[in-house]
Amino acid sequence: MKMPLSALIGLILTGAFVFCAVFAQWIAPYPLDAVTGGVWEGPSDAHWLGTDTIGRDILSRLIHGGQITIFVALASSLISFGLGSFLGFLAAVRGGWIDQGLSRIVDLMMAIPSLIVALVVLSVLPLNLTVLILVMGFLDATRVFRLARAVAMDIAVMDYVEAAKLRGEGQSWIIFREILPNALSPLVAEFGLRFIFAVLFISTLSFLGLGIQPPLTDWGGMVKENKDGLIYGKSAALMPALAIALLAISVNLVADWILSRTTSLKGGRGA
Amino acid sequence: MNAEFDHMLKRAARGQMSRREFMGRASAMGISAAMASTLLASAARAEGPVKGGVLRAGMQGGESTNSLDPALAASEVPFMVNMTWGEMLVDVNAKGEIDYRIAEEISANADATEWKFKIRAGVEFHDGKTVTAEDVVATLKRHTDEKAQSGALGIVQGISDMKAEGDMVTLTLASGNADLPFLMADYHLVIQPGGGVDNPTAGIGAGPYKVTAFEPGVRHVFERHANYFDSSIAHADQVEILVVNDSTARTAALQAGQVHMINRVDPKIIELLKGVPGISIEHVAGRGHYVFIMHCDKAPFDNKDLRNALKLAINRQEMVDKILGGYGSRGNDFPINAAYPLFDDTIPQREYDAAAAAELYKASGHDGSPIVLRTAPGAFPGAVEAAQLFQQSAAAAGIPLEVKVEPDDGYWSNVWNVEPFCASYWGGRPVQDQMYSTAYLSTADWNDTKFKNARFDELLVAARAELDQVKRKAMYTEMANILRDDGGLICPMFNDFVEAKREEVGGWQPDPNGELMNGRALAKCWLNA
Amino acid sequence: MLAERLIGPGTVHPILKLVVQRIALGLLLLWAVSLLIFLGTEALPGDVAQAILGQSATPEALANLRESLGLNQPSYVRYFQWLGGILTGDFGTALTNGQDIGQAIAQRLGNTLFLAACAAVISVPLAILLGLIAARYNGRWPDKVISGVTLSTISLPEFVAAYFVIFLLTQVIPIFQPVAMVFPGMSFWERLNAVALPVIVLVLVVLAHMMRMTRAAILNVMQSAYIETAELKGLSPMRVIWQHAFPNAIAPIVSVVVLNLAYLVVGVVVVEVVFSYNALGQYLVDHVAKRDLPVVQAVGLIFAAVYIGLNILADVIAIIANPRLRHPK
Repeated sequence: MKMPLSALIGLILTGAFVFCAVFAQWIAPYPLDAVTGGVWEGPSDAHWLGTDTIGRDILSRLIHGGQITIFVALASSLISFGLGSFLGFLAAVRGGWIDQGLSRIVDLMMAIPSLIVALVVLSVLPLNLTVLILVMGFLDATRVFRLARAVAMDIAVMDYVEAAKLRGEGQSWIIFREILPNALSPLVAEFGLRFIFAVLFISTLSFLGLGIQPPLTDWGGMVKENKDGLIYGKSAALMPALAIALLAISVNLVADWILSRTTSLKGGRGA
Repeated sequence: MNAEFDHMLKRAARGQMSRREFMGRASAMGISAAMASTLLASAARAEGPVKGGVLRAGMQGGESTNSLDPALAASEVPFMVNMTWGEMLVDVNAKGEIDYRIAEEISANADATEWKFKIRAGVEFHDGKTVTAEDVVATLKRHTDEKAQSGALGIVQGISDMKAEGDMVTLTLASGNADLPFLMADYHLVIQPGGGVDNPTAGIGAGPYKVTAFEPGVRHVFERHANYFDSSIAHADQVEILVVNDSTARTAALQAGQVHMINRVDPKIIELLKGVPGISIEHVAGRGHYVFIMHCDKAPFDNKDLRNALKLAINRQEMVDKILGGYGSRGNDFPINAAYPLFDDTIPQREYDAAAAAELYKASGHDGSPIVLRTAPGAFPGAVEAAQLFQQSAAAAGIPLEVKVEPDDGYWSNVWNVEPFCASYWGGRPVQDQMYSTAYLSTADWNDTKFKNARFDELLVAARAELDQVKRKAMYTEMANILRDDGGLICPMFNDFVEAKREEVGGWQPDPNGELMNGRALAKCWLNA
Repeated sequence: MLAERLIGPGTVHPILKLVVQRIALGLLLLWAVSLLIFLGTEALPGDVAQAILGQSATPEALANLRESLGLNQPSYVRYFQWLGGILTGDFGTALTNGQDIGQAIAQRLGNTLFLAACAAVISVPLAILLGLIAARYNGRWPDKVISGVTLSTISLPEFVAAYFVIFLLTQVIPIFQPVAMVFPGMSFWERLNAVALPVIVLVLVVLAHMMRMTRAAILNVMQSAYIETAELKGLSPMRVIWQHAFPNAIAPIVSVVVLNLAYLVVGVVVVEVVFSYNALGQYLVDHVAKRDLPVVQAVGLIFAAVYIGLNILADVIAIIANPRLRHPK
């Protein structure tokens, strides 16, 4: 299995992001909320990436914010994957009215733009991490469902699955032992894409004021806090924006590589 | 005198060249300082307002849910819209005095229970009808109707009888109120033909500009009311309000010249915006204040020592510096500042005193469990950060605060006036009486500190009908002290109105009564060519 | 020509049958969505009457308002009244300011479609062209440059791209205006100038996805045997792609284009907010905050209708483009 350079770079960068997120408390030079400098200072020895609107260290906030961003995106992607792929496999294996019912429900949910559902739902629910993760996870599960069902449909007609059925294996055995291992590659690639969209989505929600609430912060929220300086050439808002882009690119590179080994055409920003 | 000097004089008169620079250049041309000074003064007078053009304001605080019904105005853009097409009986000017508008004369009886407003002759509505005393009475009556959902309901409720006779409107009050004329300047009380009963959203008023396009949440376009009674204002041919809620886009629009003035400049960009050529920052101390409120009737806040411990445990200067970016002033735990008439500036300023706070906290016998302080991003700009600063300064005094961030949605119905300790905001009122009556009278609906003090109530009612200003001021001083030492209000800061305009805008006058020259910036400013 | 083929002599052509089926299914789905939107918004916590009147409301005023809004009727009655109204073009009035919703939506939908159309006219041909070029030079430097640039633009959140173009094109090089409102009475050129910045941002946002799918779909087809045949015939690579691969890759390309068109219509709330563009997204956000349910329901339904409609379109094109269906045995 030879890995192209781009995928290697992606993997290393992704690993670095995850490492920073996991060990944020030990790596970050300053605590999340400590005011340690002046307003919008440029990069210096004390503050490698400068300071923000009220003089907090950007690098430290980036690291702490990355922890929240990655955690929320990861948790919601896991929920959407667990839920979406399980139901998708189920629909493919059982067929009949279960398939019809689930597929139509998903059609229905996808017909209403997810950002708008999120806006409406989040404006009335208490804003905390659990609610946020659940809402994002459920909304995204529809897209995973479609992919998982399509992939599983292809696999379900394979000889070895037929054989397993004839052997009299149970449904869960077929799902977990036959279909899941064979569907893993496209699903992992899709997971990368969904993860990126979760990062972008959480950033957008934070930007609209409905995502992560202070005192916690995430990258989207940091862009929002610092955006007013942008038109005066202050770089503070660019740093979290770059972090979002860099994370997205690295994960994308890895996902691309995995995807290139399969031929499925999936993804989408999700209207 | 040569053309160059004329040009210079013009620029200096319009404020495009500083006085110092003008004097320097004039002396270089061999003109004496006294001469140059006299010339400049007369040129400035002669320059005066420039007529014509399209003046635009870019504003935060407009939604596509806004209505043209003046009674429903609640956010910044509808307020400005009302002030642009509407005319009230009177205005409160920048000095805090009454300016006569539709009323040209006001008189009261000795106990301030009966007020007569003489209606100015020949004031015309936009539809060509003349403003009559009947229109005024019908307008006020409409606002007393609960169905009208007027923001001025609290003001007109106290009027027990309204009469129109000839050009005279007589208002009889249930109890005396020396401030009634100030209340009539409320921005909801736009005089409408027939009171606007038939069609409250018609947008027909007697103000300086007529509504020509009303696109809520997008823009509002007005053209000059040709028969407006006051020729000293309404200079631009057309004025527009563009709703630009995003602060970055708003500042960018000002810099790009797409708008001439903007409201709500974020404290953190003031310094940056100052450096931009052709832009000036305008700020004025207003009456709005950011507060933390405790319910005096609920544990643990029913303990006076605890209340005062918390008041001492807040660092006001830090709040002004960090939350307002220095554009504001410290509060003193009563809701009045120097922007109000009859303010007493000798009341000592309460300072941050961790030691004294710790002592009072001990005396209160509180069990040491965390005291929950609720806040929300929308309680006031920076409310979450302010609560965190409060938490830190209180912790230094050994008082444990727990900051709980609530969602903006439903904050004003589920938290404010419900939970015993939370962050809040008051926009202020034109006079002390109205501020106290709205929120500190025992029986007030919006008594959000559940403050009940018999002596305070008694003074409030007495001061309201007191026409002797010296006695009245003494009463207000006593009330302020009662509230400061016993009330549930922690008032760390009063915020300034911070706005910005382009240099071609002339006629700007700071006005503490409200944003953008109390909503009259479009009507009173002009565009220098 | 196509029509002749579609309506063959005698029996109903299978394509026509499929298309009719697809449209019927779409309408059914739309009806189900209307039910979901109605019930979903009804289930939101919070009292509409209280939200309108604010905290100073007396219990009597609340009761009056509930009565006049018809909130005391059972919800199925209100659902059918609402649905009936919409079918006759009556969306009701906004609770907050009494404006006619149908009228407000009509104007803002026009603005939404204008913005989406401008962005689509630029991004769709550009994306397909770039996709073809990338596929032609698969693995070589033009492919790498195109893929790299589009990968960066897809990785940038919209609001970041938006502020970046504001900074660049109104401050550094002041050629456009940051506030992108359009009004009735503006000429076409004035409108184009006003929406320039949001269009640039939207093109950046949707370009990458379409381009990448085009490239992937073409490469997928290129592996087929008949392409090899064409190549062996000695046709130039671009001709092979254009004449042989592209027509056979149309279905996946159309489906991704349609997905992005739907996104341009229903998903651009953030861009509207940043540029103060007066279209449906901004309208919806304002009314969500004020709990103005009739507006939320109406806009939600319109968005769903656009989404479903575009998906039907994609399916129909895929059906027509499918050679096996076009030439029935």
